[in-house]
Amino acid sequence: MSPKSARRPRIPRKAPATPGFFDLRLYVAGQTARSLAALANLKRICDEHLEGRYRIEVIDLLEHPQLARGDQILALPTLVRKLPQPIRKLVGDLSDTERALVGLDLRPRAPGKS
Amino acid sequence: MSPKPAARRALVRSVPKSPTGIQGLDEITGGGLPRGRPTLICGGPGCGKTILSLEFLINGARQFGEPGVFLSFEETVEDLMLNLASLGFDPRSLLARKQLSLDYVRVEPDEIQETGTYDLDGLFIRLGHAIDSIGAKRVVLDTIETLFSGLSQTRLLRAELRRLFTWLRTKGVTAVVTGERGNGGMTRHGLEEYITDCVILLDHRVNEQNATRRLRVVKYRGSTHGANESPFFIDESGISVLPIASLGLQHRAFPGRVSTGVKDLDEMLGGKGYLRGSSILVSGGAGTGKTSLAGYFAGAACRRGESSLYFAFEESAAQIVRNLRSIDLDLQPWLRKGLLRVHAARPTTSGLEGHLSAMHRLIEETRPRVVVVDPISNLIAVGTSIEVKAMLARLIDFMKVRQVTALFTSLTIDEGHPEGTDVGISSFMDTWLVLRNVEANGERIRRLNVLKSRGMPHSNQVREFVLTGHGMKLLDVVRHQGRVLVGSERVAHVGGGAVAARRTARRSARR
Repeated sequence: MSPKSARRPRIPRKAPATPGFFDLRLYVAGQTARSLAALANLKRICDEHLEGRYRIEVIDLLEHPQLARGDQILALPTLVRKLPQPIRKLVGDLSDTERALVGLDLRPRAPGKS
Repeated sequence: MSPKPAARRALVRSVPKSPTGIQGLDEITGGGLPRGRPTLICGGPGCGKTILSLEFLINGARQFGEPGVFLSFEETVEDLMLNLASLGFDPRSLLARKQLSLDYVRVEPDEIQETGTYDLDGLFIRLGHAIDSIGAKRVVLDTIETLFSGLSQTRLLRAELRRLFTWLRTKGVTAVVTGERGNGGMTRHGLEEYITDCVILLDHRVNEQNATRRLRVVKYRGSTHGANESPFFIDESGISVLPIASLGLQHRAFPGRVSTGVKDLDEMLGGKGYLRGSSILVSGGAGTGKTSLAGYFAGAACRRGESSLYFAFEESAAQIVRNLRSIDLDLQPWLRKGLLRVHAARPTTSGLEGHLSAMHRLIEETRPRVVVVDPISNLIAVGTSIEVKAMLARLIDFMKVRQVTALFTSLTIDEGHPEGTDVGISSFMDTWLVLRNVEANGERIRRLNVLKSRGMPHSNQVREFVLTGHGMKLLDVVRHQGRVLVGSERVAHVGGGAVAARRTARRSARR
């Protein structure tokens, strides 16, 4: 079964965005080396692959602990792709670019996985 | 693992505990779970882990003023609410008063892509926020091993779990962590390596088509605990554990007596009958008159205006009423008035725990003064002997606290040795009547004796009795023409010689 087929959109779309627009939310806890690495890795990937069609929102859970519930955050850092749907979650500091691209659907998944 | 004996004894006294409020469990654990420390509750699917931990939280909030956080990795908040409703709890007011917090942590493997190193700070922050916002003293994580299905870096996860349990200790919360039973270990991912303060194992097994639940405290650091497996059951009022060995004997002794319903038998028991709030065992072979005695007892209670509850595991209410009419006992009016209730069920229709919970519930609902279980031996058909024993102990305890006088009949298989066949239940009983059919001289002779009766003077005689259209009558036992009837040696002491001829004559007239 394809992972996509089982999933329904859980969060209503906000304003109709340009097709292919990436709305990204990066959850971190404080300014740790890992948080900073994750943000830097994310910016690099976006500049290379999504120039001009992305937005990054960084949420520090130390300041807003109540926000961990909404996006079901367990591991940190976690990148949530809010748009395009379906929602994707990327866990880790995004140092593995290949896996990050697959997670963002910018690369096809490895054969057998999809 | 083994500190010096003196040090260990000191620990035994010092471990503070959080009561679970779960009937029986606090007895086994000597007061509850280790306060401020995590406890692991493990077992297979459907063994009752979630319900036990939910009840731990609810009781904490309602009875002990300790707010609790339930973090579920498996069930949504809606499912948890349904679960609670099935236990008769409505958590809405607890939630509104911030005594309880329910949260569902969704781990969706398909959604998660691992792209580098990470930690579980998100979970820590989320849990910490929940704890701090209601001042929680209790936390449940159900079932945290679900994380292993969504995150693949097992070593990292293990380290993080270790950190989580240490962190929970520093938070000072009493935590329950559930784990699914795995192959070779107590849990799939070896949580028992990290949680060493207290481990409780639940089991749900099927024994000849009858499901029974068991609970065992595998370890409890710094505390003594019952090590046996204890049956437990789940019903509308939650979990009840039935400790086999650790029953506290703390019921009050109530004064007062209740009639047996048979005047002659009352006389054998110090002239007044059974003790109020005591338990009576009537054992005997087939057709010895056990149900008759039970019927007289229940009938007498109704005549006094006391409500009685009759658990019939052999006959229907109609059958019992019809049969007892033949010995001058009409229960029908009491049934109509609602003073007598008969609960008839086949022993095999539900498991032992089903019967137990039904009996507890009916006694709670109808609040009888007098209870009959006829026969208790049929329940052996649905459980092993040790379960019946535990169940009976709990039932007797339950009734004694409520000052209910209870009569149990028991079918003796081997009439030659009535003491050996009563599943060892006689020690719970205050009074034990033994009924026997003896063949002599081409007749069947009914005999009755009081094997024991605590706390009252009682007759040591083996008495002969008859069941007639005018009721039950006890006859003196006599030595007749040199033929030994039972207990004849004692006849001399009670001066039966003079009446012997008269009694014999009366007896032959009745037959």
